[in-house]
Amino acid sequence: MWRFLLPTVLFAALVTFFAFGLHRDKETLPSPLIGKPAPIFTLPHVEDPSQTVSNAAFAGKPYVVNIWGSWCVGCRQEHQTLLEIARRNEVPIIGVNWKDDRAAALEWLQTLGNPYAQNAFDGEGRVAIDWGAYGAPETFLVDAHGTVIYKHIAPLTLDIWDREFLPLIGLNARSGAAQ
Amino acid sequence: MIRKMFLTVLAALLCAQSAFGIDSAPAFADPAMQARYDSLIRELRCVQCRSQSIADSNVFLAADLRRQVREQMAAGKTDAEIMQYMTDRYGDYILYTPPVTARTLLLWAGPVLLLLIGAVAVGIVIVRKSRLPYIDPDDPDSKRADAPSEASAS
Repeated sequence: MWRFLLPTVLFAALVTFFAFGLHRDKETLPSPLIGKPAPIFTLPHVEDPSQTVSNAAFAGKPYVVNIWGSWCVGCRQEHQTLLEIARRNEVPIIGVNWKDDRAAALEWLQTLGNPYAQNAFDGEGRVAIDWGAYGAPETFLVDAHGTVIYKHIAPLTLDIWDREFLPLIGLNARSGAAQ
Repeated sequence: MIRKMFLTVLAALLCAQSAFGIDSAPAFADPAMQARYDSLIRELRCVQCRSQSIADSNVFLAADLRRQVREQMAAGKTDAEIMQYMTDRYGDYILYTPPVTARTLLLWAGPVLLLLIGAVAVGIVIVRKSRLPYIDPDDPDSKRADAPSEASAS
């Protein structure tokens, strides 16, 4: 009896273990930034290098930091979502243009539309590292206390925005009217 | 002739190899600093490419992280401070040698555990086999399990 039962039980345990491993999301790394104060940055503006952009100016209200680049295919995918969020006027989106070519970034904004309240030019990728970015697009939600409360890696969809982001800042999924 | 051509091509390929090397110039003039730098960047995972250290990867993020390591070393930061800087941003995943915590216990104990399970299994098999009745292959009277039956021998 044991001869058959024991290997069967062990095999079943292994299969369960591997099945969980297969379906676990290994692409998304947990961000150590969640629950911590948002890293403050000051960078030149994408559109006007003589001006600076700082997320410190957005303190006191929730805001979104979106790390993007014109080289990033996923950013193109999520662009409509960002435009819709900007159109709803719920939460300002600060762009961090990661290791991009300024001309390419400007062309992107002109042809696809500009959802960003401010857009920072991170040519050396230092701010992206401070935010623990490893693959654009990455979208962070910062609450009114300046704490990072959510991070989404991969293209953002309105569904994810409504389901994961909005409830965290006390807004319902309909629109910004709930303020 | 062909041999000469082959050698020329081989030599050219060998040269090309070094041209593809990452950070062709050494980062530090001081050999001790360079050795520290080399070992640090081997301990840090390229979070963009996962299966490589930032010493092996050409991805721009790996290059940027190497720059951070160089700058912090030049600023006099200790190895522990540099590793802390990295884990503050990217979590323990960036370390190739993650610390032993409740979450990584299985990772660390796993190989020893598997070895123990194997040793116990081998032990059980040996004890069992040693208790089987002895069969002498030279004794025609002893019973052979693999003897063909009378029916199939025709």
